[in-house]
Amino acid sequence: MAISNEQLLTVRGLKIEGRSDETWNQIVNGVDLDLKKGEVLGLIGESGAGKSTVGLASMGFTRDGCRISDGTVEFDGIDLVKASAAVKRGLLGKRIAYVAQSAAASFNPAHKLIDQHTEGPTQHSVMSKAESEADGMELYRKLRLPNPDEIGFRYPHQVSGGQLQRAMTAMAMACRPDLIIFDEPTTALDVTTQIEVLASIREIVEEYDTAAIYITHDLAVVAQMADKIKVLLKGDEVEEADTRTMLSNPQEEYTKSLWAVRSFQRDQKPAPAVDATPVISVQNVTAAYGVVPVLYDVSFDIHEGRTVAVVGESGSGKSTTARCITGLLPPKQGHIEFDGVAMPLDYRKRNKDQLRQAQMIYQMADTALNPRKTIGEIIGRPVEFYLGLKGAAKRKRVEELLFEIELEPNQYINRLPSELSGGQKQRIGIARALAAEPKFIICDEVTSALDQLVAEGILKLLAKLQDDLKLSYMFITHDLATVRSIADEVVVMKDGRVVEQGPKDDMFQPPHHAYTDLLLSSVPEMDPDWLTNLLNERGVDNIGDAAVGKMS
Amino acid sequence: MIWFFGIIILSLPLAWGFRLAGQAATSNAPKFRDMGFGVAYGYVFGAIVLAWLVWTYVASWLAQGTPEANQYFFFRVALHGFLIFAAAAIAFRWLGTLVGPEWSKKLFRNMPATASFGILVILIYAIVSIFAGALAPYGQEEILGNANVVPGGNPDLGGNPDFPLGTDQIGRDILSRLIYGAQNTVGIAFATTCLAFFIGGTLGFLAATLQGWLDQFISRAVDVLMAIPALIFALLLMTIATVWAPTLGIPLTVFMIVIIAVIDSTRVFRLARAVAMNIVVMDYIEAAKLRGEGLSYLIFREILPNATAPLLAEFGLRFCFVFLTIASLSFLGLGIQPPLADWGTMVKDLAQFINFAAFAPQVATAPLLAAGAIALLTVAVNFVVDWMLHKSSGLKE
Repeated sequence: MAISNEQLLTVRGLKIEGRSDETWNQIVNGVDLDLKKGEVLGLIGESGAGKSTVGLASMGFTRDGCRISDGTVEFDGIDLVKASAAVKRGLLGKRIAYVAQSAAASFNPAHKLIDQHTEGPTQHSVMSKAESEADGMELYRKLRLPNPDEIGFRYPHQVSGGQLQRAMTAMAMACRPDLIIFDEPTTALDVTTQIEVLASIREIVEEYDTAAIYITHDLAVVAQMADKIKVLLKGDEVEEADTRTMLSNPQEEYTKSLWAVRSFQRDQKPAPAVDATPVISVQNVTAAYGVVPVLYDVSFDIHEGRTVAVVGESGSGKSTTARCITGLLPPKQGHIEFDGVAMPLDYRKRNKDQLRQAQMIYQMADTALNPRKTIGEIIGRPVEFYLGLKGAAKRKRVEELLFEIELEPNQYINRLPSELSGGQKQRIGIARALAAEPKFIICDEVTSALDQLVAEGILKLLAKLQDDLKLSYMFITHDLATVRSIADEVVVMKDGRVVEQGPKDDMFQPPHHAYTDLLLSSVPEMDPDWLTNLLNERGVDNIGDAAVGKMS
Repeated sequence: MIWFFGIIILSLPLAWGFRLAGQAATSNAPKFRDMGFGVAYGYVFGAIVLAWLVWTYVASWLAQGTPEANQYFFFRVALHGFLIFAAAAIAFRWLGTLVGPEWSKKLFRNMPATASFGILVILIYAIVSIFAGALAPYGQEEILGNANVVPGGNPDLGGNPDFPLGTDQIGRDILSRLIYGAQNTVGIAFATTCLAFFIGGTLGFLAATLQGWLDQFISRAVDVLMAIPALIFALLLMTIATVWAPTLGIPLTVFMIVIIAVIDSTRVFRLARAVAMNIVVMDYIEAAKLRGEGLSYLIFREILPNATAPLLAEFGLRFCFVFLTIASLSFLGLGIQPPLADWGTMVKDLAQFINFAAFAPQVATAPLLAAGAIALLTVAVNFVVDWMLHKSSGLKE
């Protein structure tokens, strides 16, 4: 990678204030940032650290309700904080580009991809529309999008998430900018899709010698992409170093704790007795949404006190299986047994006790908790509904539950969900499930919306509760690192079928089913050479979705 | 007309010059530097309109006592009214930031003047309609000596200080009838809107929660009702009701409330269903369903609290529409029946005086008083609704 000594972006003492209610609070407290031409800087930190705010501010832009209160942002000798709107208009899109986290939400659904692609170059008079179209197809080819000559004439909804993210990278490249800001471009993608996007972003950034700021909370990803890494915590800079130094020899305690996250691991429990009755037994379940079949002959058992991880990419039928177990989607064939007794397939036909025994924790704690109810009401309702406790007895039970999920009862019982952080909300979701005193809990991607440190806390809590209460978990996830840390058994699903299942230790040892192998190999590792090695080993056509396509 | 277009075109170079002058005077401050041409044009045009207002007001002062004063009469009333209401609204907001509990103080601090104007007007209407009996100088049906006393209370112009807003053509005091009209019109409109929301809201939530054939059935029925023009449909039903009312011994007003409520509930149904549809797909509703909760718990405890903001805003708008429908029906003679005072009927009864506007503006004021009362409330409610919608949408600036 060619990094010249020419300074491109210099940020000094950047302070940003955010408006909450009636006052301005400082959310970024003086960050410095240096970027040379062709250099990639990784910005990492947990949510609320100010990564995105700093990223946007380095374009001289702030979101609504934010303002730059102090400091300078100098891009190629131009101070973007003081620059006029006209000067910024000339720079943004042309010399500085931005790639947003959710490509699906950032493309205009009413226009074709190529029309959105050519807008920048034609507006800035860099190229004519025809030139820009031809160039766009060339970029699509370089980013290895399928049918590069035709894909641009589709509308955003006709293209998959990973492809859209690459189309957006192509759009950012359209004017050949000097600086691109990538704001969590792969966070919303599956591992197998992520790896393709990462490989193509890295390649194109190198080819055109573009400087980039890569914002993410995934350390393994940033290790592949960045030349140097800056760690942020609550608007303060923790430390900055080049990638290899940072990974091998972090200086600050906070950075070390970030690095250690993935170390949490539970030993696999001994296999259950052969004649033991499983808590939940899914038997030959076939299900469909209307006439579209989604599950084919799915069977697996979940035993008492054990965790079964169900893995697979989006659309593989993981969540649908959970919906069959809870009875939201009655299967067409097969049945669900609870403690050896077949349950009614439709949840409306199940009795209160059957409903109580199987609880669910959701991925998005924001939509899983009623925003107009206090924590006490949310947890208190199942206590009252199932156990019939009222008044002081109910309150005592709610306090016990809050204590179990490690939140101080008096402080939290009267708060609304909006007054909690993401991790705390997820804990409330757990407490609501526990309040029913179930034997079995379905955890649907419970950690995928959370930062790694917070996610680790949730996993530890779930493990502790399992040991204390003899709970059984069905753990739906696409993150294999989570599987490694918490699962006892693993079920791998693809296209509505169970591809492979068995104890965790066996699953992480070869030989694998080809799909399991692909999933395992797609999980980024903390080694900065991991992606390079993988590409050398397998070739660009044997990673990610391309490889999945070959399999079927 | 030529003047109008002339000013619009003249403003173009003026706006250009204004922006340039601003940039020079403030040595390129960001406000002027990044100002779009449209914004500059807006400032210049606003300044011209303001200048015209001031100039006309001065001219109206100079013309006082001469016959020309008549043509400035409504201009002066409107301008004075605007200034008084604006001052009252700002004073009310200032008062709100000083008195009351912390949450209401905070509410007032972030409130635009339009919203405080709306709240103030609604409060006044509420007080007037509740205490109508104590506030009105005469009864609403009381026929006093003089008919057609001119509003304004100036004996030289045919007024009478005993009847500050004059009397109507059979000699009833207009001020008293306006006050009682508030009670009748606003009270009935409020009851009708509540009923419309009860019907439409309940059915909308039920349709969204249960879905399936019930949703289809109610929705198609609503489509049929909405396909018929509302006012004509209401007129038709009211005509039928006038025949039924005496035989059944039920006051016509009750019929009117039910008819308008049913017609308006279709609009409420659509909104309630759409809002609830977005809520029932949330995971917390799924969690409640899986818990085995009943329908009433789902609707009243899980869905309703999350639907209040848009429904409340709709309540304000719907209230205006109901209120206007009642006034129009009364104007057409089918609404609130005499001798009960009603603003729509009052406008109808005094309508012919509007012809005097050019040479005897005080006389023409008589029908406009009731019309103004309707307009003021509608504007006030809309201001408050706008503000509430803005607040619940979470937009900044």
